[in-house]
Amino acid sequence: MEKKPMKFGVCVFPGSNCDYDTYYVLKEVLAQDVEFIYYNEKDIDRFDCVVLPGGFSFGDYLRPGALASKSPLAEALIEFAADGKLLLGICNGFQILTELHLLPGALLPNENMRFVCKDVYLRVENASTPFTRKLEEGDVLRIPIAHHDGRYYVPDEELRLLEERGQILFRYSDPSGEVNGKDNPNGSVSNIAGVMNKEGNVFGMMPHPERASEDILGSHDGLMLWYSLISE
Amino acid sequence: MRKYRVIIMPREGLLDPQGRAVAEMLQDNGYSVGEVRVGKVVEIELPEDIDVNLLAQKYLINPLIEDYIVEEATPSS
Repeated sequence: MEKKPMKFGVCVFPGSNCDYDTYYVLKEVLAQDVEFIYYNEKDIDRFDCVVLPGGFSFGDYLRPGALASKSPLAEALIEFAADGKLLLGICNGFQILTELHLLPGALLPNENMRFVCKDVYLRVENASTPFTRKLEEGDVLRIPIAHHDGRYYVPDEELRLLEERGQILFRYSDPSGEVNGKDNPNGSVSNIAGVMNKEGNVFGMMPHPERASEDILGSHDGLMLWYSLISE
Repeated sequence: MRKYRVIIMPREGLLDPQGRAVAEMLQDNGYSVGEVRVGKVVEIELPEDIDVNLLAQKYLINPLIEDYIVEEATPSS
């Protein structure tokens, strides 16, 4: 019997701009059931997994993600996460999740103050999560980043906890998977590219897996993340 | 209504690349400058019964990365 598709929601805030790309990958590449969720909605119980896509929600006014984290949808996202459902934030979505306090830390302006748009390499640090289960620890993915505010910051004490609990899923690395200061595109602490909450159902990452999900786009390395999500 | 200025600054000890770029620009223009930090100001009018500090903490700042102070922009009557 064919597996029932998951029901995905893709959030749309004023200024989101990766919403259609994410919708396309879920619907056309992965044949999942997917719907947009608008920022003024309050009921999202019908979804199995909600994706906060990239872009510039509310123009990045105040701070990236700050206004989205106080939008009408915010309360529903917090409840959705508390119910243990899967919540994925990509780029601006990651920023929103930190502003919602659903993920630890914050995303600061890139160390070099530039908007960085390029492919980067990510080393898989924890493959025992709903977001990475189709990968293996030590795998290296090539996925693009496109952001101005991607410098992940978390105080030292919290960083130790993240490491102990396996909450760091991806680190920026070189193509061989070596994590070093040189291959760190934004100055993130400990080369962190993606972190998960301690409960294991909310994950945010700066790179864009939806831009690396078909060969025609230059890489399909992002697919494994989606496969992980739908393999449950 | 009272008018306030909420002055938001990157927290001490966090790298502020904007401030660093401004410092370098001033140095290139011949000024001997120490640390420069760039923040932002939110001017806000509020009814008297709203606590501007609570509002700032809940909606305007991220305490992990920002400090703030509040100034009253007009003296109370």
